[in-house]
Amino acid sequence: MLDSKTPQGPLADQWTNHKNNIRLVNPANKRLIDVIVVGTGLAGSSAAASLAEMGYNVKAFCFQDSPRRAHSIAAQGGINAAKNYQNDGDSVHRLFYDTVKGGDYRSREANVHRLAEVSTSIIDQCVAQGVPFAREYGGLLDNRSFGGVQVSRTFYAKGQTGQQLLLGAYSALSRQISKGKVKMYNRHEMMDVVIVDGKARGIIARNLVTGEIQRHSAHAVVLASGGYGNVFFLSTNAMGSNVSAAWKAHKKGAYMANPCFTQIHPTCIPVSGHYQSKLTLMSESLRNDGRIWVPAKAEDAEAVRKGTLKPTDIKEEDRDYYLERRYPAFGNLVPRDVASRAAKERCDAGFGVNETGEAVFLDYASAIERYGKTEANVMNLENPSDEKIRELGKAVVKAKYGNLFDMYRQITDDNPYETPMKIYPAVHYTMGGLWVDYNLMTTVPGLYAAGEANFSDHGANRLGASALMQGLADGYFVLPYTIADYLADDIRTGAIANDTPEFMEAEAAVKDRLEKFIGNDGDTPVDDFHRRLGRIMWDNCGMARNREDLTQAIEDISALRDEFYAKVRVPGKLHGYNPELDKAGRVADLLELGELMCKDALEREESCGGHFREEHQTEEGEALRRDDEFTFVSAWEHKGAPKDAELHKEELVYDNIELKQRSYK
Amino acid sequence: MNLTLKVWRQDGPEDKGRLETHQLSGVTGDMSFLEMMDVLNDKIIREGGDPVVFDHDCREGICGMCSMFINGEAHGPGRGVTTCQLHMRSFKDGDTITIEPWRASAFPVVKDLAVDRSAFDRVIQAGGYVSVNTSGETLDANAIPIPKADADEAFNAATCIGCGACVATCKNASAMLFVSAKVSQFALLPQGQPERKRRVTRMVEQMDKEGFGNCTNTGACAVECPKGIDLSNIARMNRDFLSSSLTGE
Repeated sequence: MLDSKTPQGPLADQWTNHKNNIRLVNPANKRLIDVIVVGTGLAGSSAAASLAEMGYNVKAFCFQDSPRRAHSIAAQGGINAAKNYQNDGDSVHRLFYDTVKGGDYRSREANVHRLAEVSTSIIDQCVAQGVPFAREYGGLLDNRSFGGVQVSRTFYAKGQTGQQLLLGAYSALSRQISKGKVKMYNRHEMMDVVIVDGKARGIIARNLVTGEIQRHSAHAVVLASGGYGNVFFLSTNAMGSNVSAAWKAHKKGAYMANPCFTQIHPTCIPVSGHYQSKLTLMSESLRNDGRIWVPAKAEDAEAVRKGTLKPTDIKEEDRDYYLERRYPAFGNLVPRDVASRAAKERCDAGFGVNETGEAVFLDYASAIERYGKTEANVMNLENPSDEKIRELGKAVVKAKYGNLFDMYRQITDDNPYETPMKIYPAVHYTMGGLWVDYNLMTTVPGLYAAGEANFSDHGANRLGASALMQGLADGYFVLPYTIADYLADDIRTGAIANDTPEFMEAEAAVKDRLEKFIGNDGDTPVDDFHRRLGRIMWDNCGMARNREDLTQAIEDISALRDEFYAKVRVPGKLHGYNPELDKAGRVADLLELGELMCKDALEREESCGGHFREEHQTEEGEALRRDDEFTFVSAWEHKGAPKDAELHKEELVYDNIELKQRSYK
Repeated sequence: MNLTLKVWRQDGPEDKGRLETHQLSGVTGDMSFLEMMDVLNDKIIREGGDPVVFDHDCREGICGMCSMFINGEAHGPGRGVTTCQLHMRSFKDGDTITIEPWRASAFPVVKDLAVDRSAFDRVIQAGGYVSVNTSGETLDANAIPIPKADADEAFNAATCIGCGACVATCKNASAMLFVSAKVSQFALLPQGQPERKRRVTRMVEQMDKEGFGNCTNTGACAVECPKGIDLSNIARMNRDFLSSSLTGE
């Protein structure tokens, strides 16, 4: 059994007491301590800025050409906080409860409660930094609702909340760079973690422009390198998002927790062709006002697919608003996993609405009418025409969601103001990640993981607008405190040498691996293998999983990996800028991770959150948890081939929440 | 559709560079411009060649990484879109497309179509922030009401993605639109007031030091900006800069 090191005492006091009792490093000693931060998204930028501000010497690394481009920038909808500004009954406890329930009771109570506690400080902090959140006419902050909750606690900046929060963290980071407290390494990739005497003491990095391999030492290493959704090839992740930093840590002893817990987001633009490189998310905020439906009659669905029937010509009574039908209490705002599975169920039953049969409608017609009528009332218009109402309504929808509607139009060449959008679920986020204790330390002493890279707060399903909350909570308000407890032992250690045998061996291994890629006598591009891996993962470890498929997938991935090493062609040279070489290394790691994900999914003989095992469902087709046997975190220890990984368990104890079958009906 | 691509190839900042011609078939209108580039690179790799290097990441128009000068326009013929959001339906069968990197002395070419935009980072480091520690122990977020119009205008300025299309488009390679967007965001918010003068002075100084050119009010930058950053930001920055110079801050 793994020890989470959760503090003793009542849940609501644990974080305060823990902060009061952990050791500190005094300001003069902080100047003697070096910390490496890998990744500059919300978690990495905020952690690097905060640690530097406290006095530590920070080296930060990102593979992009600037820290401002990390993929947190693409988060659209918003960030949750228990401010209760709307006076709708919100509280820290309610945010905590919603998050644990939304995660289908597979997250750690103490971590989630801490997250809910610090959520309010995040909003204060960001406003103080000049983050321009949306405001009401009275000048106060506006909120909206997200899936899986019955309050409005989501703060937002149009559909660009992630961008604004990341630029806030980037500005804090830039301030520390200008002071010389953070040394920033753009276009650098972490190639391995270096372990000395059982502790993480540095990394091997590669300058992606020159190809130079570098040894960087430090007293502690923080991985804030994001999630691994790109194992599916098609996902909403950025092209460069990868698992390599976390995977290298795993291979050096850090346990990988719940790797099969993947979030499939219900509202994405459907796949349109083989050449496609990524899928685009349409923010969950669209489910505030949009209604999701498919034709109620199979013949109508077929006519829509053939293009002989327009969706706007289908009568109201011939439409199946299946989320409202199945989940009257939450309707279109059920959690993501539930909404995604419901879409798949309708499409599998033959009601899909595009050529591939894998799409449902997201319709704004009734929202446009509703808003239009309200506006007409406000403007004191007597007997406004339907046309006038629609015109007024469209203006309101444009103000709220304009950039998302524009994006949809650019990609599909369809006008969503006039005809319903077509959407389908796509891979979006990974709840699994490196196992961390309450202090966010992995099973390797001195190696920390923050943000999406760790597994800690979202259980088996993440609620919307909670990823930004967790990234900034970890980086600004958790890790900078908890890391001191470990670093307090290092005040007399002095600088860590970077030319010890451990560093030299790690460097040599990295060089060797890269040389093998370049020298390989193959003819197939890296993307070819990546695409095939993605297909295996989506078909067998996607929205629905079963024993037979997962067993086969493990064999298939293993075979694909062998083929990859035999046939991949990596052009160019070891030195100089060579993105194909960068990609080869990342795909090699994804080819191992995918196998572990399937193994994890196979061993978890229950359904929970985003993990749906067909063998375990209720009569209504809902996920059926098996709490007696599976109320634990699966943490995998690397033992050679991914399929040989050894399972360790962290028991999940619920003292404050009663485990229930999740119901949104 | 079938296309003729004239693609800029350059090994590094010291190399002179040249246009290389490729014929590409099988392109469809639903492809994004970068997916078309993927198809080109796939072909090059399978033929044993060296693929074209270009910067890209999110492919949804927000990270600001992609940066191509297509047929003489930053981010190509579309308005309000980045290269990754440009779809091939904007072109027709038989077209010849010329693809070049951003050209500005402050943005040296890294390789082929990728350029070094770290000058932008250094301009932000010179003062593009509010000096507040990240303790979370600040005022309650609603303690200072901000008029919605001001907040919205600050937001509009803050949506700049730092792609550099403004610089690439400007005949003087001026960075005024980029710098003024950040200056404006803070100038419009109460949190930005204490450092307002110092910020604009230092950011403009750094901008000049990086070798960006002068602004001659042509306005091409705002036309090509994928996020529609407004020229009024430049006017605001000029006013703030002048007032800071007069008061010696």
